[in-house]
Amino acid sequence: MQYSDKVIEHFQKPHNMGEIKDANAIGKVGNPVCGDLMWIYIKVDKNEKEQEIIKDIGFKTFGCVAAIATSSMVTDLAKGKTLEEASKLTRKEVSKALGNLPPVKEHCSNLAAEGLHKAIENYKDNVPVDFKVKQDIKCKNAECCGGKTND
Amino acid sequence: MKVYLDNGATTKTADEVVEAMNPYFNKKYGNSSSMHKWGMKAQKAMRKSRKNIAEKINATPDEIIFTSGGTESNNLTLKGLAFKNKGKKNHIIVSKAEHDCVLNSAKWLDKQGFDITYLNVDKYGIVDPTDLKKAITKDTFLVSIMHANNEIGTILPIGKYGKICRENNVLFHTDACQSFTKVPIDVKEMKLDLVTLNAHKIHGPKGVGALYKRKGIKITPLLHGGGHEFNLRSSTSNVSGIVGFAESAYIHTQEDIQKMETLRDYLKEELLKIPDTHLNGHPEERLCNNVSISFHFIEGESLLMNLSMRGIAVSTGSACSSNSLEPSHVLLAIGLAHEIAHGTIRFTLSRYTTKKEIDYTIKNVKEAVIKLREMSPLKKGVKYKTDDYDDEHQPIF
Repeated sequence: MQYSDKVIEHFQKPHNMGEIKDANAIGKVGNPVCGDLMWIYIKVDKNEKEQEIIKDIGFKTFGCVAAIATSSMVTDLAKGKTLEEASKLTRKEVSKALGNLPPVKEHCSNLAAEGLHKAIENYKDNVPVDFKVKQDIKCKNAECCGGKTND
Repeated sequence: MKVYLDNGATTKTADEVVEAMNPYFNKKYGNSSSMHKWGMKAQKAMRKSRKNIAEKINATPDEIIFTSGGTESNNLTLKGLAFKNKGKKNHIIVSKAEHDCVLNSAKWLDKQGFDITYLNVDKYGIVDPTDLKKAITKDTFLVSIMHANNEIGTILPIGKYGKICRENNVLFHTDACQSFTKVPIDVKEMKLDLVTLNAHKIHGPKGVGALYKRKGIKITPLLHGGGHEFNLRSSTSNVSGIVGFAESAYIHTQEDIQKMETLRDYLKEELLKIPDTHLNGHPEERLCNNVSISFHFIEGESLLMNLSMRGIAVSTGSACSSNSLEPSHVLLAIGLAHEIAHGTIRFTLSRYTTKKEIDYTIKNVKEAVIKLREMSPLKKGVKYKTDDYDDEHQPIF
């Protein structure tokens, strides 16, 4: 299993790493039991056209090289985008921007786009921002851990 | 600086081993089965090597079958004895912490209709001798329990298992790939019936190993052909490899082992100073070169890769570095929670490891752990749960 240079570059020097103190929403995806946990923080603001945009974005990730690199990449891709554009970002676009991921990582560690979508959803639903981990975290990947330890 | 601390995976072939092997590639290249002088030279080298390997474990040369390595020796033991016992006895006992080549052979035999018992191990990876005694039935023909665990380094009391098996008239096999030449093995005193050995973990070449099989034990070969290795393993003999293997069996000196132990303890103590870490495996009964540490709140593959970029080679029990999504079966068998198992790193030293290299490693592991923990949303006191885990589900350490 080999990673692309782009993956290694983002893993080594991740962009937008860390929490955003005045975030409006957090998207929490993954599950530490499966080995990947991602938090995407977004700060939403309006542009000159009065559209809601992602003014600032950050992440915190527990996970493998691919998990960290995709987190970094998704923040790059989403920053400055309108919420509508950002919610259309797919995991495929994230892995493509990284020069593709090893096949086994595609379904298991490429959760960052979902983290972003979750953050946007939480923003729209006015879910209070919770910086603590004490929350039920569901793993959305049926394949992860052979589907044994999650839904 | 380049630091290789993955000697549990494989080792550098020692210069003296390469030197001993070289003539058998381009000068004494005869087939050991041939009758002419070329053949005789190869045969002579094989005889000497077989004797040297046998002496190392207090066996006789006719009890040593050369193979392609640990995986083949373990397959030959399980499948060869299963084929031999088919229709007579049907039950095999293995531990849950065995190497994949033992476990997957057992699983395959299970599908062929054999009964397999997988014995539990304690938090150090040790099988309770009482459990073994209880598991043996009149249908049991083989017990296979490793000498030293490849992931967590625990040395198991194989002498006790050997005695129980001998008393119950059951064959006992041990996989000694990790322990050979690091821990003394005496097949007579320990009552061992079959022992798996290999070369590339002890500064010998890859692709060669042996199975010790006590005289009189009948086994069905897996490879049929020209009748090599007492008709038990046909295939043109890997003469250079076997010469290298025998040479490598005499590389480790008592000083080497003491030196590795000292450096191992130093590395272990320094790494355990990092908060939220713990040692896996037995604190005393462990291989002279193994340090297995779980770094909580971070994931092993990330740490492995971060260290690799700093010039340090280690290995991980994390699922993420393999094609499976489950963390190491050994770490789960000793009771680690999944999320802790994911953050486990194995450092394995060799006789060539220096204090300077260990100092460099300690410094860089500390930096890498800090960096990855800064990225991680997990931290001490933090709770998380999933549908299938209740509120109480927390790491055991």
